[in-house]
Amino acid sequence: MQPTDTADPDYFHKVVDCQWACPAHTDVPEYIRLIAQGRYSDAYLVNRESNVFPGILGRVCDRPCEPACRRGRVEEKPVAICRLKRVAADLREDITPRLPKPPARGNGKRVACIGAGPASLTVANDLLPLGYQVVILEQFATAGGLMRTNIPSFRLPAQVLDEEIGYVVGMGADLRLGTPVASLRDLLAGGGFDAVFVGTGAPRGKELSLPGRKDSERVHIGITWLESVAFGHVGSVGARVLIIGVGNTAMDCCRTSLRLGAKNVKVMARKPRGFFKASEWELEDAEEENVEIVVNHAPKAFVVEGGKLKGMTFERLEYDMAGLEITGQRTVEEVFIPCDDVILAIGQENAFPWIERDLGIEFDRWDVPKVDAVTFESTRPGVFFGGDAAFGPKNIIWAVEHGHQAAISIHKRCMGEPLAERPPRGVRLQSRKVGMQEWAYKNDYDGKERRLMPHVSLKERFKRLDIEVELGFDAAKAAEEVARCLNCDIQTVFHAGLCIECDACIDICPTDCLTITPNGAEAEVTARLKAPRRNPAQPLFVSEPLRQTARIMVKDEDLCVHCGLCAERCPTDAWDMQKSWIEIPHAEDEARCQSAQALRRA
Amino acid sequence: MSSMNKPKVANPGLPRNELGLNRRDYEGSMSTLCAGCGHDSVTAAIVQACFELAMPPQSVVKLSGIGCSSKTTAYFVSGAHGFNAVHGRMPSIATGASAANRHLRYIGVSGDGDSLSIGVGQLAHAIRRNLDMVYILENNGVYGLTKGQFSASADVGSKSRKGEANEQQPIDPVLFALTLGASFVARSFSGDKEQLVPLIQAGLAHKGFAIIDVLSPCVTFNDHEGSTKSYEYVRGHSEAPVAADYIAPKQEIRVQYAPGETVSVAMHDGSSVVLRKLDPAYDPSDRTRAAAYVQERALRNEYVTGLIHVDTRRRDFHEQHGTSESALNAVPFDRLCPGAAKLHGILSAFR
Repeated sequence: MQPTDTADPDYFHKVVDCQWACPAHTDVPEYIRLIAQGRYSDAYLVNRESNVFPGILGRVCDRPCEPACRRGRVEEKPVAICRLKRVAADLREDITPRLPKPPARGNGKRVACIGAGPASLTVANDLLPLGYQVVILEQFATAGGLMRTNIPSFRLPAQVLDEEIGYVVGMGADLRLGTPVASLRDLLAGGGFDAVFVGTGAPRGKELSLPGRKDSERVHIGITWLESVAFGHVGSVGARVLIIGVGNTAMDCCRTSLRLGAKNVKVMARKPRGFFKASEWELEDAEEENVEIVVNHAPKAFVVEGGKLKGMTFERLEYDMAGLEITGQRTVEEVFIPCDDVILAIGQENAFPWIERDLGIEFDRWDVPKVDAVTFESTRPGVFFGGDAAFGPKNIIWAVEHGHQAAISIHKRCMGEPLAERPPRGVRLQSRKVGMQEWAYKNDYDGKERRLMPHVSLKERFKRLDIEVELGFDAAKAAEEVARCLNCDIQTVFHAGLCIECDACIDICPTDCLTITPNGAEAEVTARLKAPRRNPAQPLFVSEPLRQTARIMVKDEDLCVHCGLCAERCPTDAWDMQKSWIEIPHAEDEARCQSAQALRRA
Repeated sequence: MSSMNKPKVANPGLPRNELGLNRRDYEGSMSTLCAGCGHDSVTAAIVQACFELAMPPQSVVKLSGIGCSSKTTAYFVSGAHGFNAVHGRMPSIATGASAANRHLRYIGVSGDGDSLSIGVGQLAHAIRRNLDMVYILENNGVYGLTKGQFSASADVGSKSRKGEANEQQPIDPVLFALTLGASFVARSFSGDKEQLVPLIQAGLAHKGFAIIDVLSPCVTFNDHEGSTKSYEYVRGHSEAPVAADYIAPKQEIRVQYAPGETVSVAMHDGSSVVLRKLDPAYDPSDRTRAAAYVQERALRNEYVTGLIHVDTRRRDFHEQHGTSESALNAVPFDRLCPGAAKLHGILSAFR
């Protein structure tokens, strides 16, 4: 096997599984360590640098980091990363003086962001400190996009949204509420903008065209209905509600229904459990509130008598399964389920009725604009897309990352530089050795199980729509949870030239992830590992040949708990524990890069 | 010293033995030896051997004397019995314990100081008695605990850390044991577990005294240039005339051996040790030739490693002395201690 190239910033980045899995590459172990030290404001700012909305995401992020968490491989449950993010937000002090400030003199460039959702706000957040004038055009009277209209206030309080949106707007964004854009042509022609960013989301809920659909007004489109609830246009719902679909929107619809007077809420799923689109924890939260999830029911017709919705008929299905795959299905019977309201939550899609099709912006056969996956530019230079508007519905943290990337592109476009030449990622390493066997991080493994989130009681929580159900971790609980983090950012760095092959690291490693063995093909080396390789998705580190025997040091990255004992027991410092900073460039770094180049040229 | 104990968390993929235990279950407490000490690797080899033999932890007795080496019995099989004897006196304790219960497995760990200086007389007689135990001599050529003076196994010309050369002749534990007629003599290296683990297993299966001289570098006082017991020197100056594979009872032999090149030695417990001849002229059953071979190689500055001599025909301590078949704690008290009248009768028989 060839020696691993640890100079490639991706190698150490991948070791930090949570950070690698996060679309915005939040430095999770770093902020968890800051929480452990009680430095909540610092933890908040580390978050904000990459994900911009720690308070919001600490409540409603889709958390791709948690399934990736190494702790979930060593034990059953990952670190409660998302909950800890909220701790940083909840317990922070006033951080406004520490936010970036726009320069006294602008750079004379104007950018329009259409829609005031997470993607547009991120673009504004990144460009304002560089001296841009950013105009945000929002159709509604409030900012936040789907974060405000589609996520119910019992999950995400308005005050949290106001605060974090306020930070961006406070940097000098020109936020124009109640200003829908009716024509992109007019905006491009008359606005005097150097670039336009479209962050209008995926605002159209999918229809379910079945008999009787148009015969009653009690059949609602999920996201539109949630929007009406958010703006106070809808204040009640019938006693019996059927939700069609089992995605996260369905979970928000069923739980909202319970708070508007529904007594019996059923979520109707076409497929069995395991095929649901909703996140595991959102399902748990809904079921805790006694929402019934009915599986294997395919909607057939709306039953409306005398203009009044009576219920719906479904086909009950039976599936043939081969392992986790469906190989066949058949209808067993037809069933009628009575209800007063039906809410359709079967997906959403993009809609751009306000973009003229002759502006040089190409649309594909699904009527979705063609957007470059790296630069986020459309086929018309200077017009960018991001968030759900770019590649269809994803989630908030993806929208934020799109915003970061689009901001880099917008800056490059405005400076007349090629968009495809992106600033590179980097990695910085620094030893964490303090004394003889002391480390500047807590290296002992804490066997504690994941802390549970306290909830408002079932009796209390339905009294008002905006009672936040999750109470958040207090400082004591957070202190226990942070100790579960395995410090994956403290890397095990190996120097082959120093190794005397004494086997001390091999003998001490609690998870048997180290092996010294003759080199060979990957299959041979794998067969000789001290503990069987369980997870080929995780890389093997392979050292340069060792000095005394030309054997190689191999590390299976899968289960390393970063306890540092290999480095403690190493007599020659061939192993060292080094803190890594994965450098993910943002527009600000790109600007710094440019000015450095300009200086060099001068 | 490490800042903390080895975490209990283990690799869930670790194999389990017939008792349902994994290797981690055979560990002891955290080592307080210097980082990189060869003795810790010997400990790991003992752990591996006991795990693979599926030894019930309570069937093991760990014995040691004084010195860095003698601390190591604390670091393996925490469920075993143990006795930490005074300096050099471990063989006496082992003899008494073995006489009292011949069914336990005795693992003695000693060092070059404990065995070749203060305890050399004890070791000599344990060999002569053919005591049923494995005696691991962790040999690093220095007194580590007293800061690096030459020990009795230091070679002539070998240099101390400060550069001073040793002038006194060394005691080679392998030659010493061969001279005294030891029934199982092996030498290995702490940095070569592939060789060391089967030797420990074979030693545990051997009925009689199995001495394994393990070159185990002292990383603090004897791992420099000029030392003949450093990691680098031992790696460059070792040669094994035979390789030993331990084959457990009822275990099928998976490796294909070429005919004529191997000798299978049947052990008393039904296991066998397959010796692969790397040097066709070498015969591990010939004690005299083995001693000559070791001496010749020593003159060429080479350590002979592997299973150097084995003789399974010699009667062990229990056979020689007719010790009690059942453990003394299982013998009824009136038989164990028949009373003053009986003692008087025995004494009168000598008058």
